[in-house]
Amino acid sequence: MDKFAIIFEPQNLHLYWVGFWATMQLLTVSLVAGGLLTLPLTLMRVSSNRWVSGPVWLFTYVIRGTPLLIQVYFIYYGIAQLEWVQALWDTTWPLTWFKEPFFCAVLAFTLNTSAYTIEMLAGAIKETPAGEIEAAQAAGFSKWNMMFRLVLPSALRRTLPGYSNEVVMMLHATSLASVVPALYDLTNAAYAIYKTYYLAFQPFIAVAVLYFILTFALVYVFRLLERRFLAYLKPRAH
Amino acid sequence: MTTYFLNILQGLLVTIGVALGALVFASVLGLAGAAAKLSPYRLLNWMGDIYSTVIRGVPDLVWMLLLYFGGQILVNDIAEALGYRSGPQINPFVAGVLTIGFVYGAYMTETFRGAIMSVPKGQSEAGWAFGMSRFYTFRKMVLPQMVRFALPSFTNNWLVLLKSTALVSVIGLTDITNLAKQAGAAARGEIPGAAIIFMAFAGFLYLMISSVSLFLLRKAETRYSVGVKRGNF
Repeated sequence: MDKFAIIFEPQNLHLYWVGFWATMQLLTVSLVAGGLLTLPLTLMRVSSNRWVSGPVWLFTYVIRGTPLLIQVYFIYYGIAQLEWVQALWDTTWPLTWFKEPFFCAVLAFTLNTSAYTIEMLAGAIKETPAGEIEAAQAAGFSKWNMMFRLVLPSALRRTLPGYSNEVVMMLHATSLASVVPALYDLTNAAYAIYKTYYLAFQPFIAVAVLYFILTFALVYVFRLLERRFLAYLKPRAH
Repeated sequence: MTTYFLNILQGLLVTIGVALGALVFASVLGLAGAAAKLSPYRLLNWMGDIYSTVIRGVPDLVWMLLLYFGGQILVNDIAEALGYRSGPQINPFVAGVLTIGFVYGAYMTETFRGAIMSVPKGQSEAGWAFGMSRFYTFRKMVLPQMVRFALPSFTNNWLVLLKSTALVSVIGLTDITNLAKQAGAAARGEIPGAAIIFMAFAGFLYLMISSVSLFLLRKAETRYSVGVKRGNF
């Protein structure tokens, strides 16, 4: 038990602090980028034209069918270690990004979260009650207006409960960043203490508690959001 | 080139072994957890709640490192206390199966709890009225009927579990992911884009396992839904 004191030594607390920030950055950047990617791809996914929806279907099928770890390795050891990429990454613009391990991890997480979110949002769009769409058509809405003023606002709200699971999954997924050498997240902080002191329970339990608190903070935020945005779908009290 | 591919294929057995072993362990834990959560005893409810909440609040990788590294230190401490120089090495295969099973047992708990609650109460009441014991009623009446309700969520859990077995490569098991990573490193310079090719191949193998298991589970769903009348809408 006294060994827990090691966690609270200043230099080790600092390790956790640095790791915490890296984890939060990984999470927010991936979620924002993933969200930006999700919207246009979802509109393609629900298109009735097969040539438009097919590629997005294939993208989500492959991403959702393979482990995230494989995707991280594919980008970090695959693309970023290609000789021609490394030859050009000092000069040519998009390739300069691959020099950063942070970018490689974020790219994998972004693609991963958007694949799952696309399917959730597309499902919600397809489940829009037929009457709402008929009402919009009867009111003379154009196709785009109907999508952006009626279908999307409602589908985005209905995706919220599923999306909160996805956000928690992504928080947990960021722990995989620790397998990328040179990337220093919360899990890696615990691993560093394990290696320095040959202590396993204390650093990993400490990090587990931190993840647990973060998870429930996220769940709580989403509960508030649901109360705000899904109020109209709640069962009536009286 | 072919030798690398054959080498990665050997990891298929490890991956499937870990996944199936963990699935069995998770299902047993899930049934126990569901039974605890649905039991009339407060203490058991509470233990079931703690299990499913705490496990799901922490990443699988953290659990794996905690149990694998921590377990090894524990084994060594016990061995030292008994007067040996060091304890036996923990087998990473066993560690992988136990951790993944332990984590997904929490998800299975929720799956089975929902499914058991979906079986109409009159079914078990009928069993008790015939003088069957509680356990016998559960085994012969509730269990076969709850499979149908559990299967969709069970299928999801299995697909997620299968993908999370890639994590055992971190504790040194030579599964598909680990072998693909090694092949990529070994063939660097020899084959251009080696890591990309082998990672894509590994991903393809996971896709194959998922596709085959989806096919089989869909058959099971048909089998367990025999005689169920569905509404038209």
